[in-house]
This record gives sequence, C-alpha cells and structure tokens, in this order.
Amino acid sequence: MEINIQKRVLEANETMADKNRRLFKEKGVFVLNMMSSPGSGKTETLCKTLRRLMPEVVTGVIVGDICTRNDADRLETTGAAVVQINTDEFGGDCHLAAHLIEKSALTMDLAALDLLIVENIGNLVCPAEFDIGENAKVVVLSVTEGEDKPLKYPLMFQVADIAILNKIDLLPYLDFDAKEAVDNMKKVHPGLSVFELSAKTEEGMEPWVQWLKDSVAKKGY
Amino acid sequence: MHEMGIAQQMISIALEAIPKDLPDPRVERLNLRVGRMAAVVEDSLKFCFEIISKDTCLEGAELVIETVPVKARCRQCHHEWEVSDVVFTCPSCEKGEIEVLSGRELEVASLELAD
Repeated sequence: MEINIQKRVLEANETMADKNRRLFKEKGVFVLNMMSSPGSGKTETLCKTLRRLMPEVVTGVIVGDICTRNDADRLETTGAAVVQINTDEFGGDCHLAAHLIEKSALTMDLAALDLLIVENIGNLVCPAEFDIGENAKVVVLSVTEGEDKPLKYPLMFQVADIAILNKIDLLPYLDFDAKEAVDNMKKVHPGLSVFELSAKTEEGMEPWVQWLKDSVAKKGY
Repeated sequence: MHEMGIAQQMISIALEAIPKDLPDPRVERLNLRVGRMAAVVEDSLKFCFEIISKDTCLEGAELVIETVPVKARCRQCHHEWEVSDVVFTCPSCEKGEIEVLSGRELEVASLELAD
C-alpha cells in the first residue's frame, strides 16, 4: 500500500519563520540575516557598521556561534543590544534555525529597534537553507578566500539579496582577482549588488551603510 | 551537515502519515524528492536515516531519492532552461534577472507499506 504524503521536510522551520516574520512586522523592525564562511570578517564589519548607524538607527544583534561569547563582547562595545546564541559547547549546530531566533528575539525590546541583524554561524552551506523570518539576506566573502567560492557554494549566493566583498585593503598583497570573484557571484546570481569594502580601513563602507539605512526606512514591506 | 535533523523530520512526517489503526505497519520504501541545490548529502542522509529509524516501523526501509534538476526562468525574456555548471545567466538574452523554478526541494513524497 502506498501512502501519498507530499510534505516539505523543513515545513516546521518554515512555519516558525513565518511566525517570526509576523512578529518582526508587528514590531516594525527590519531584519537582516548575515552569512559567510568563518573568518570573513562579519563581526568586524558589523562593529564598524553599528558605529555609523547608532544612535540614528537603533540596532540589535543576535550572534550565533557554536561556542564562546567573544563576538557578543566585541559587538556590545558599539552600544547595540546583543544576544549571543551558543548552539552547543562542543560541536553543535551548523546554522541558526527559526526557533532559536524566536527564543532570542523575545528577550529583546523589539519595538525599540529599527534594525535587527542576525550574525549567523560561519558556514556557507547550511544557513542558506534555513529561513529565519528575515527581510533580507547578505553574504560576506573576503579576499583571503578563493574567487570561486560562489561557484562552490551556489545556493548561498543564489539566496542572498546582496553581497559584501570584504578586506579589499589586502588586495595589493594577494593574487586574489576581485573582478573574477564579483563575476562569479553574478554568474550564480545575475543582478546581485556587491559592496566592495574594508571593515578595517572603512574604505567603501558608506554605500553599504546607506543601503541599510534605506532598507530600514522602507522597512522592507 | 544537518542531515541527522533532516532524517529525524522525515521520520516524524512518515510516522504521522501512517493510519493509526493499522496493526503492526512496516514501511518498505520511503520516497523523497531532493533538489540538486538542496544542502543535503545523499550518502549522509541515508546513513543518518539508517541509524535513527532503528526500533521504528521504518527500520530497514529503503530510501529512494528522486533528484530534481535546477530549472530557472529569465524575468527579462521569459526563457526557461535547466541550469548546469551553476551558471544562472540566461543563455538566451544573457542579461535578465532570473527566478529559480526548481532545485531546492526537500520533500517526503510518499511511503510504501509492506502488505
């Protein structure tokens, strides 16, 4: 006997993500899901970004790591409200699922926030698959990685709404071909906007910060 | 990397679909649809399924995976094509933004019970 099912395996996560989306809309907060491989400079980019946004754009951050609260400590120095999620002390999960975001978001004063940024676990594979109820996804690639990362991890670059190419201050010292990297991103995602910047020297930060301000003003709805 | 969680979800979806009044049901085959772009490794999924289906009525069931190709449509010229080599540039007009029509599926399609 065959039983027809036709059910999405990630339906439970998608239902939870929809619940988050309603909560964020009700509180009037724009939510950005920030993803990359480990070491691309997400936290440094955020620290510099928050210093330019706050206090004009009141921002909160949920930061996910398998362990330690090092990132939360760094981010808190900017004055932003920060919640650290640790998925496990030894090992743990490879992505932040929607229910973890809900649990953290409910500990924050969402109504007081204009913008909530979720710094996902460093991983170019799994976070791409899990909707958390965000308004937009940004992927960060740094010039110390390979130009072909977008071709190796197509789903991540396919689902991203915008991309950042970070650490451009290092370009003179590397063989990295920035044009090829951007071309590869656009092969996987035609029309993708890419912000080339250096979180360290803050070169190229302004267009990215402006994009955030515009998105918050429009609230993405 | 999250295949164990996926396997767990699959099993609970399958268990829910089996009528409660069936005496001693035994699943022979579980049919899945997995898109080529889904972040799932087939061998890992089979391995995880084998482990956590133990002591359930899915123990020993065959996992049959139908792979769904990646298909896209150009928003500019409306051309539809099957994407290969992860290049999503429209082969017809080479400039439009595109929408992905298939390739991200991760679905339990059906299950087959032993008579």
